[in-house]
Amino acid sequence: MTNKTLVQISKDLTAGKYSSRELTQDIIADIKARDSIYNSFISVSEELALKQADAADARINAGSAELLTGIPFAHKDLFCTQGHATTAASKMLANFVPPYESTVGQRLLSAGAVCVGKTNMDEFAMGSSNENSYFGAVKNPWDLTAVPGGSSGGSAAAVAAGLVPAATGTDTGGSIRQPASFCNLTGIKPTYGRVSRFGIIAYASSLDQAGPMCKTAADAALMLNAMAGFDPQDSTSVQQETPDFTADLNRPLQGLKVGLPKEFFGPGLNPQVAQCIMTAVQQIEALGAQIIDISLPNLELSIPAYYVIAPSEASSNLSRFDGVRFGYRCDQPNDLMDLYCRTRAEGFGTEVKRRIMVGTYALSEGYYDAYYVKAQRIRRLIKDDFTRALSQVDVIMGPVAPTPAFDLGSNTKDPVAMYLEDIYTLSANMAGIPAMSTPAGFVNGRPVGLHIMGNYFAEAKLLNIAHQYQQVTDWHLQTPPSNGIPVSNQTKGAE
Amino acid sequence: MSWEIVIGLEIHVQLATKSKLFSGAKVGFGAQANTQTTLVDLGMPGALPVFNEAALRMAVTFGTAIDAEVCKHSVFARKNYFYPDSPKGYQTSQMDHPIVGVGHLDIQLEDGSTKRIGVTRAHLEEDAGKSLHEDYDGMTGIDLNRSSTPLLEIVSEPDLSNAKEAVAYMRKMHAIVTTIGISDGNMAEGSMRCDANVSIRPKGQQTLGTRAELKNINSFKFIERAINVEVQRQIDIIEDGGKIVQETRLYDAEKNETRPMRSKEEANDYRYFPCPDLLPIEIDDAYIDAIRQSLPELPDQRSARFVSQLGLSSYDAGVLSASRALADYFEAVVAVCNDAKLSANWVTGELAKYLNQHNLEIDAAPVSALHLGQLIGRIQDDTISGKGAKTVFDELWNEAGEVDAIIAANGLKQVSDMGAIEAMVDDVIALSPKQVEQYVDAEVEKRGKMLGFFMGQVMKASKGSANPGQVNALLKVKLDALC
Repeated sequence: MTNKTLVQISKDLTAGKYSSRELTQDIIADIKARDSIYNSFISVSEELALKQADAADARINAGSAELLTGIPFAHKDLFCTQGHATTAASKMLANFVPPYESTVGQRLLSAGAVCVGKTNMDEFAMGSSNENSYFGAVKNPWDLTAVPGGSSGGSAAAVAAGLVPAATGTDTGGSIRQPASFCNLTGIKPTYGRVSRFGIIAYASSLDQAGPMCKTAADAALMLNAMAGFDPQDSTSVQQETPDFTADLNRPLQGLKVGLPKEFFGPGLNPQVAQCIMTAVQQIEALGAQIIDISLPNLELSIPAYYVIAPSEASSNLSRFDGVRFGYRCDQPNDLMDLYCRTRAEGFGTEVKRRIMVGTYALSEGYYDAYYVKAQRIRRLIKDDFTRALSQVDVIMGPVAPTPAFDLGSNTKDPVAMYLEDIYTLSANMAGIPAMSTPAGFVNGRPVGLHIMGNYFAEAKLLNIAHQYQQVTDWHLQTPPSNGIPVSNQTKGAE
Repeated sequence: MSWEIVIGLEIHVQLATKSKLFSGAKVGFGAQANTQTTLVDLGMPGALPVFNEAALRMAVTFGTAIDAEVCKHSVFARKNYFYPDSPKGYQTSQMDHPIVGVGHLDIQLEDGSTKRIGVTRAHLEEDAGKSLHEDYDGMTGIDLNRSSTPLLEIVSEPDLSNAKEAVAYMRKMHAIVTTIGISDGNMAEGSMRCDANVSIRPKGQQTLGTRAELKNINSFKFIERAINVEVQRQIDIIEDGGKIVQETRLYDAEKNETRPMRSKEEANDYRYFPCPDLLPIEIDDAYIDAIRQSLPELPDQRSARFVSQLGLSSYDAGVLSASRALADYFEAVVAVCNDAKLSANWVTGELAKYLNQHNLEIDAAPVSALHLGQLIGRIQDDTISGKGAKTVFDELWNEAGEVDAIIAANGLKQVSDMGAIEAMVDDVIALSPKQVEQYVDAEVEKRGKMLGFFMGQVMKASKGSANPGQVNALLKVKLDALC
């Protein structure tokens, strides 16, 4: 049942094949039974979920249901959920129960969706492997020795494992797209400002953007319809009418101009991944698209610039976790300074502390111009690169990550190697453009995602392309081996 | 050695918006702790600020009122520091791009001359909460009602040369912000407070001395005292061969001394950077011009009108326009008695004296403008003498009732009946032959002085109720007739 798409479940619910309560109960039972394998959930909100399911059933019976009414989903544990623990996968917030709901959460609840729990993630969304969680690493359902990607790794693993049909994620430097790529999902990071950030615990405010992680592009469009929209509570939310993201799904790709940036296919790219991507591009060409070579000359600067800007903002955003009003507080502080120092030293994990230190350093007097100001200039260059490229082509394609999911533990000793994983994804956040990942093959049983980037507010176009691609391929329909052990050397993508 | 004092003020004006700078919480003084807060003011995870446009209008109104540059592009920045009453771990303020740029303010000095004081900038920022140390033994309470209350910080150039100038500048700012209605100006509640940067240097020296910053001074009187005591401290140190340390100091009004604040305040690197949760503020000329057009009459304009329309001296006009409340009071008095000069004398004289003695601001004066106007009316129509009027004023101050009732109750109605006065004058002349003889024998130019004796006698006989002008005139005629 849980390998069904949102679209299928919606039809089943309307047809009365099962109730939302039955579905929700099944899903929660399944999570309890199987998630010990993946560790994709931090908490399950059974009581709240059943209440929401009952309300949804009432709406369905009354004939006032929307497409998402009664459909269970999971929230990345960065979205504040009223009355249910929201931890950001940190010891700092392990006991935090928000008295408010995020705008995205509220919108999904208003649509009648049922939140069954909160998914694991890298602490405060900082990481690319989901190994930086106070609640332990998440395992990739496609290969239990691999990471699911990060930071929305729990959401990715939960959907890939068939525990929930959809989940929310956030993407500050690739945190929706890279785990979607690693777990064979469709995930989209919308245009900055498209989805409200209110009630989502901030990592890097100028880069953070929430989006859905689903099995198909059609499901992602459905989720995004509910999640997106202007929010007066978020000043960076864009006051623009939200289109129906499902409306263009069936538009043919005839005449579509696709740019392939040469910088996306450089020496760091795994050749088998490159082959998957080129095969996918050829298939899209066969659907009528025109392939054009382009250049994003400042792409490689996106890593150093990102790792100045994001930690700078994070160092300030995470100052509120001080042990004074909520969250973790150290035992028996001697004085105020001791309270601050020990609370934060004990409450934050290593990677979070590393980024706070980097950001604090970059903003310090005497270094600000050399780091923060210069990084902002680079950000401008990257944005200009995209503006130029997207005046020649409709969309840009390439790999989401240089490799398929890597082994658990393989990058944990070297943070810089981990940061290099984000080379293809960071730039979309720096520019604020929408970007997504859609399943495009496998390398040694581990999934590979095709990266599609577009112009501001072109989410519908990206989803249209992914949907059309999904009509002629079946990568997105593949399900992981039930025992989590990949069929050895089953390299479908490199055929 | 002779020293020159250099002072710059940073004035914090709490803007009179209904809600906070970045949230919809109500702004107000004295509510139960933490009841006037939202998720934003509490710094809850995921909460985001939304800029209150009313604060922008007020800041722009101020900029146009002091004829300063109003910046079409301004940016909120985060000032990062840890303190329990700063819930987010940063204060949202403006750094590189303030809303108001360079402007100036003219103050009137005691000798009647005018001095122009440069205004460097004015920027919007949010206030912090309050740490409550008193009521919690061994602990600290945090009240975030004040958190995110909008402030306009107005920074002056170091153009002020003594404590009196600093007070005059502060008073003028107070007059402006209350006149344009952007603040209630209530200093006791902290709606207007200032930090003073004070340094001294030998007269004639160009470079500035090391400054001390006196924090959070919240009354005109304390500004003067704090600066004077700080200047003396610095002179004493330097004259003893010491050096001034650049530091933040606190003025202790009870001990009348300044002392260093906790050292944690000193080494802060605030790591300012543009707040990514707020968009830059972009406004255009039309927005600014519309606000400029709607400015009310400003203190300087009012002062000029007092001179041109009401015929006041420029000194009186300056004093009376120094605060909106005072100017309103004065104009209300004039409206009742229709005598600007006499009204000015009473407001700047007797009323000011009483206010001073009782340490009250004009708003709290127990004598209403209506009563003072009526009192002046009774002087004009010769019902009471000037001396009698002071008695009535004192009674009014003590809230003894209506003007005419007080005059009647105290028998202050003066006798202006010519017959009655003539009878009294005749009696006094008849009963004072010796003084009459001296008067007649005296040289003409000395007689005027000698009239005082007879005046005193007549006034005494009338128990002070005779109209002194009439008595004087009649005495002169009658005595001169004897010569």
